[in-house]
Amino acid sequence: MEALFTYGFLQRALLAGLFIALACAVLGVFLLLRKDAMIGHGLSHIAFAGVALGLFLQMMPLVVALVFSVFASLGIMKLKESAGLHGDTAIAIVSSVGMALGIILATLSGNFSVSLLNYLFGEILAIEPVEVWLSVALAAAVVLLVVGNYRPFMYLTFDREAAKVSGVRVRRLDALITVLTSVTIVLGMKVVGILLVSALIVIPAAAGLQLAASFKAALLLSCLAAVLSVVAGLVLAFHLDLPVSGMIVLVGFVLFAASFLWRKKRS
Amino acid sequence: MDWPAAEDKALISVENVSFSFGSLPVLRDVTFRIHAGDFLAIIGPNGSGKTTLLKIILGLLRPERGRVLIGGQRLDDFAGRPSIGYVPQKATHFDPLFPASAREVVAMALRTPRPGSREGRHKEETAVRHALQVVGMDEFKNRRIGRLSGGQQQRIFIARAIVNRPRILFLDEPTTGVDAEMQGHFYELLERLVKEEGITIVLITHDIGIVDRRITRVACLNERLVYHGSHAEFCRSDTLKDMLAGGHHLISHQH
Repeated sequence: MEALFTYGFLQRALLAGLFIALACAVLGVFLLLRKDAMIGHGLSHIAFAGVALGLFLQMMPLVVALVFSVFASLGIMKLKESAGLHGDTAIAIVSSVGMALGIILATLSGNFSVSLLNYLFGEILAIEPVEVWLSVALAAAVVLLVVGNYRPFMYLTFDREAAKVSGVRVRRLDALITVLTSVTIVLGMKVVGILLVSALIVIPAAAGLQLAASFKAALLLSCLAAVLSVVAGLVLAFHLDLPVSGMIVLVGFVLFAASFLWRKKRS
Repeated sequence: MDWPAAEDKALISVENVSFSFGSLPVLRDVTFRIHAGDFLAIIGPNGSGKTTLLKIILGLLRPERGRVLIGGQRLDDFAGRPSIGYVPQKATHFDPLFPASAREVVAMALRTPRPGSREGRHKEETAVRHALQVVGMDEFKNRRIGRLSGGQQQRIFIARAIVNRPRILFLDEPTTGVDAEMQGHFYELLERLVKEEGITIVLITHDIGIVDRRITRVACLNERLVYHGSHAEFCRSDTLKDMLAGGHHLISHQH
């Protein structure tokens, strides 16, 4: 733990990691209960295309990926509605196309190199100060928007039809949650990489849902699991000289397994 | 929310509504009105168009022909949606692991101006407590919804539907899977909502045999409206006998 107070790069990583993990945790609870856990996986592939496009255009990959992912996520939503596809079919199509685009753009740019690998596997320790503040601001905005719309989001998740009748604007909220997810995924790929970012959304929320007796408790437990994963993952990775991304996800899995066993024992 | 006053004082007017799924007609030229204080049962066999009609009234489907007016206004122009309560047919088919307490399920429907303020929070607390007390579920407020029995869950969904003090409450097949004794208690609760809370109730059911004596009006549907009148007249009329025998014929409306 002492290292966290000594090294600036660790402090930056911790600050960005905590905010991003909190955004993932609150969104994750809604996504899991909406049976939309795989959307994180799909959007991470889209984000890959966005990063490749950023490298190809020689612009800030994080920003290009943000814009690209937001539009692509709205495309998934539209495809689901207009083509009458099941949620996972639309995600599978769009994510495959995203990956294909990413591979082609990265090859065309001649930049299929270290920078792209950093996005694939995550390199939170190398996060730039400007990226830290962008991540903190966006992650805080995601958390505030979810908490601000907590009740209609919950109603929509629990009983879509009744929510619609009572005047909840279900399409607008669907779009909002999709856009927030795509923003969070792009931020999360800086922490754990494109390949593992969906774990940051799914695992803490799944751990929280094991033990929660109320919705508020599910959100709080999910946030707690996310914070513990980031802090313990960073510290362990630093001391064991192992990749931070893998360690954060493994700590998250240990917390999920512990909460699962605890629930089993209790019931 | 004040309910706009229609010229004929009807809360809801269904006017010449027709609807079909593709080439399959479901509703033909259905017209009737719902007035304040009604405890109305819309009955009919499976596939008679009851749920479709309800979804049209609630704005979940658009009619091919005809219109529905709420207090004389079209639903799209009606700003008082929270004053419509609704318990869907599949309300109890939720994910049993959904981590919500009974209190949270009721509170999720709240529409309080300035909910973050101290006054707003107090109003919300009062509204949720009142709704839970009305349905007799106050002591279960902290119980996870998936751990309640089917009948208790149904009461929680009614509490959720009345938490904004609606003028009218729609229930779609609310007694499916509920035993005869619980059905009696259930109708008692609905009668109290009409008499003590001043809520107009519209209940949809396919089970003609269970239409309770507490119901004041009956609308009988089989693509067309084959009966609309008082419960007492309905029990005396040939419509009930015909329906129980499996046959249907058109009779004039009795308003």
